[in-house]
Amino acid sequence: MSTRQFGARVQRNEDARLITGRGRFVDDLPLDGVLHGAFARSAVARGRITHLDTTAARALPGVHRVYTHADLGELDVTMPLLIPHPCIGHPRTQYPLAHEDVYHVGQAIAFVVADDRYIAEDAARLIEIDYDILPVEVDPAKAALDGAPLVHEDVPNNIAAHLVQVSGDPDAAFAAADHVTRIQVRVDRSTAAPMECLSTAARWDAVSGELTVWDGTQAPIGLRGALSSLFDLDEDKVRVVAPDVGGGFGPKIVFPYSNEILVPFAAKDLRRPVKWVEDRSENFVHMTHERTQIHDIELAATSDGVVLGLRDTFLHDTGSFIPYGIAVAQVASTQIAGPYRIPAIHVTFDCVYTPTVPVTPYRGCGRPQANFAIERAMDQLAAELGIDRFEIRRRNFIAPDEFPYTRPDLVFADGLPVTLDSGRYDDALAALEKALDLDAIRAEQEQARAEGRLLGLGLSFYVEGTGLGPYEGAKIRLHPITGKAYVNTGLTAQGQGHETAWAQIVADQIGVRPEDVIVVEGDTGVFDWGVATFASRAAVVSGNAVHVAAVSARARIAQAAANMLEADPDDIELENGRAFVRGTSSRGVTLAEVATMSNPLRYAFNKAAQTATQFAPTARSTGKPLPDGERPGIEVSEYYSPPHATWAYGVHAALVEVDPVTCDIDVKRYVCVHDCGNMINPMIVEGQVAGGVAQGMGGAFYEKLEYDENGVLRNASFMDFLVPYATEVPHIEMIHMETPSPLNPLGIKGVGEAGTIPVGQVIASAVEDALSPLGAPPVRQVPLSPSAIHDLLREARVSA
Amino acid sequence: MKPPCYEYVAPDTLAGALRVRAECEDSVVLAGGQSLVPTLNFRLANPDTVIDLRRVAELATVDTRDGMIRVGAMTRQRTLERNEAAFARNPLIRETMEYIAHPVIRSRGTIGGSVAHADPASELPCLLVLLDGELTARSSRGERTIPAADFFEFVFTTALEPEELLVEVAFPVLEPGEGWAFREFARRHGDFAVAGAGATLLLDDAGRIARARLAACGVATTPVRLRAAEEALRGAEPGTEAFRAAGELARDAVTTVDDTAASADYRRHLLSGLVNDVLTRAAARARGPR
Ligand SMILES: Cc1cc2nc3c(=O)[nH]c(=O)nc-3n(C[C@H](O)[C@H](O)[C@H](O)COP(=O)(O)OP(=O)(O)OC[C@H]3O[C@@H](n4cnc5c(N)ncnc54)[C@H](O)[C@@H]3O)c2cc1C
Repeated sequence: MSTRQFGARVQRNEDARLITGRGRFVDDLPLDGVLHGAFARSAVARGRITHLDTTAARALPGVHRVYTHADLGELDVTMPLLIPHPCIGHPRTQYPLAHEDVYHVGQAIAFVVADDRYIAEDAARLIEIDYDILPVEVDPAKAALDGAPLVHEDVPNNIAAHLVQVSGDPDAAFAAADHVTRIQVRVDRSTAAPMECLSTAARWDAVSGELTVWDGTQAPIGLRGALSSLFDLDEDKVRVVAPDVGGGFGPKIVFPYSNEILVPFAAKDLRRPVKWVEDRSENFVHMTHERTQIHDIELAATSDGVVLGLRDTFLHDTGSFIPYGIAVAQVASTQIAGPYRIPAIHVTFDCVYTPTVPVTPYRGCGRPQANFAIERAMDQLAAELGIDRFEIRRRNFIAPDEFPYTRPDLVFADGLPVTLDSGRYDDALAALEKALDLDAIRAEQEQARAEGRLLGLGLSFYVEGTGLGPYEGAKIRLHPITGKAYVNTGLTAQGQGHETAWAQIVADQIGVRPEDVIVVEGDTGVFDWGVATFASRAAVVSGNAVHVAAVSARARIAQAAANMLEADPDDIELENGRAFVRGTSSRGVTLAEVATMSNPLRYAFNKAAQTATQFAPTARSTGKPLPDGERPGIEVSEYYSPPHATWAYGVHAALVEVDPVTCDIDVKRYVCVHDCGNMINPMIVEGQVAGGVAQGMGGAFYEKLEYDENGVLRNASFMDFLVPYATEVPHIEMIHMETPSPLNPLGIKGVGEAGTIPVGQVIASAVEDALSPLGAPPVRQVPLSPSAIHDLLREARVSA
Repeated sequence: MKPPCYEYVAPDTLAGALRVRAECEDSVVLAGGQSLVPTLNFRLANPDTVIDLRRVAELATVDTRDGMIRVGAMTRQRTLERNEAAFARNPLIRETMEYIAHPVIRSRGTIGGSVAHADPASELPCLLVLLDGELTARSSRGERTIPAADFFEFVFTTALEPEELLVEVAFPVLEPGEGWAFREFARRHGDFAVAGAGATLLLDDAGRIARARLAACGVATTPVRLRAAEEALRGAEPGTEAFRAAGELARDAVTTVDDTAASADYRRHLLSGLVNDVLTRAAARARGPR
């Protein structure tokens, strides 16, 4: 065999295209005669529309149609609740276009279609909308109190869902404890801010009755299902294509957004292609958000710092609707005990409606909040018991020989009990301590403190259930003319590198170069079995499906080549795009020839095809050209379904200096140890982790969506919502560990969200440590900011 | 985020630009476009006519004679930043301009555009207020010179009349031996300042402070001179004590309320620290050989 591609730092197949501007995104599609859409959106948070007049907009030259809910016919229904759950007592989802009631600033009210986007926006502004403004409460804690203004009149206390989960015997654990630590922590609202906002284009073919929708989505198959149902079309008549997608991070898993209904609807109605690309201003008030949770967490421990039980009660802000169910809260609740043994857990949450943009998973999906809660509590427990922060964690880790480790009755997002499959937590922490050189750091800290400088060390250990089912599939086809392999899956990529990772897996099996494996995804016209890209699952679930398919393709190639070479299939080797008998590499055939010969032909449409026609010397002389039970060509489809989630983990630490004048932080070192099982491509893994840490830095220190008391977003632009630049992201020292997952053939665990999860806690604990000599209060909330650090410093000064 | 419909003209001469300016009821001037284009795209401005000055070569000049650095309004920020003659006469200009956005934006953005835009967090308006600079405005009816102290009236609001164009921005040179410093804090590299402070410091023969000038940006509706601190410094011994006291006196200059970037309380703390810092560095330079 040639060099193994799995595990190698292979250059990404997609990069040349993407970084030289040859990517093709929805907005790049050259659709003949395309019309452009724009939405009129609610200017108020909670209101009742008293007057809606589109006359002036319709009269503007260049405007084709202006739609309101009354024009939508069968489509004027509330959108699906994608993941129903029995605990959602009051499920509410929105209409494609608002009826009388509006529930958040930015909710779509009308859709204009015009010759170009300029005219469409002009017209949208001419739509007259008056509202009766209703009272609002945007803070989920206050919104859940008696007497608070209601988002949905018939939902008491704005509680959408309520879930209690008990694992083990928490009451006994708390009764037996020497010490109980209790804290309240809060993580604030953010947005994924993908580089490409939402985007949809559609074309209705009146001849064939087919609807084609190009959409910047993470879930083309799901969207196809929703559109076929809504438009009452056969699934084969709806094709959803996700072309290049400029970042997803979660919000693009949600469907259908208003645009995903209105754009195809208008295309069908007007018999013209229609395109709509969300602009940044809209993105802030339309694409879903995530993060606000308030946790009251308690740890029951022995005096040695062994945690016996955990109680956590939290509020989850779900915004004005709950289209994706309780996913975020559920993931938070099931990851609340982190890497720790903690045998008794009581976790309760309420999902609270607030008159804000709906909340659905964003990279991390509840884990950053859960990690913040448990790790802040562990730090607090360590401080109260006088135990070192590293040591207290070590005392509570699940040991390698305790896996699989099940938390009975704690049900994860796949509907199965939490079962951590493998890990070497202790080794990871030791690797971190070594990389940091803890003794040196402590000396440096002492020195800094003597000089009056504020230097602090923070750490966070996280686990992440990844690779959720139900399943994914892959199709591999060997091309008879070029000998290249074509791979299709039901997923879609938003920059993660599937075109390379899948190619590496296939290359190893069939002996071709990764660049000769062509991956085409995100097109229901090409492959339409599977689920979607989310929850750090692509590499685990699709990667293994691709592997299983590649093994099967290899077997078929070996069989066909064995027939051609009159050898035993077991003696066939595949290398450099050729099949040959082991030990005699000169006696071989190219994969193109194998593909050609395995497809009996009648017509010699090219030179190679001659060999497969009926009178060629190589043709089968006896029997059926295609024996019973055989299929033509080299083409296989296989599927992989994981038994349950596989658990990745890691530990990050940062050395941070706080500037007492600017109250800014300088991250002097950022060290990350992580384990995502076997790595397909370490370079891609590093990109994922680094990108995750960058996004985590946003959530730790920069990015906070601020609603005012009227429910208006105060910082809905990149001038005021601060996504960190490269200059704000520290250099990351990365240490890889590879503990293979026992659950899948490739031993993979997911890594897409890993980097994001621990950063809030890392920065919070580092800042807390830095300010501790001054007697500053503990850090209980992220994102931090210079103003927040200033408040901590001032409180320290007051109490001093 | 598409701009509204407007007429676009790009005259070749200042006279031509002034003529359009006089004729049009509702025109705006396009200089480097770094602030105006987003303003149009957000539809915060809805003009009938946009007058693009990029072809008016006579406004893209830098002249360093007679104790003033006279800069044509259409001079790109990067050009002035890199101008060696200006640097030799007033090095504070370069130190301050390095805080404006990013190099790509400074390559397009103009001196006149930044000044006419009058963002209270902007560096150049602050510098002009600090140095007692002068602004020259012209309309088809004539020209007038406006002291910086009178030019900046409110957020995004200046003393320019609707038919006037800003044609020249004049920065005084520093005195021999005068110390100087500028520093600001922005949350991200290149962002508008949360707060910034500039200082010049002239010592007398006895080594005491003969003249201290201090100004701040980002803390009020316009750039502000920190007069109380300046007064307190006159005749004082330069040093930690005086500078810290000046920083304390600067706090009151903060009149912005809490916003998403910073709490007012934090801004006061920040400004006082920045003032202390720029004074310290200006003092070090004042003593040094020049
Ligand atoms: C990401 C980003 C970060 C930035 N950060 C900073 C920063 O930190 N500090 C800072 O100071 N600036 C910053 N800016 C703004 C930048 O410096 C702009 O260049 C400057 O504010 C405007 O200059 P301009 O030449 O682009 O003017 P334009 O945008 O073309 O015009 C700005 C305004 O001035 C008016 N105007 C322009 N020229 C004249 C004239 N001759 N007479 C009358 N009116 C005129 C215009 O009509 C318009 O109202 C930033 C911009 C961006 C995009």
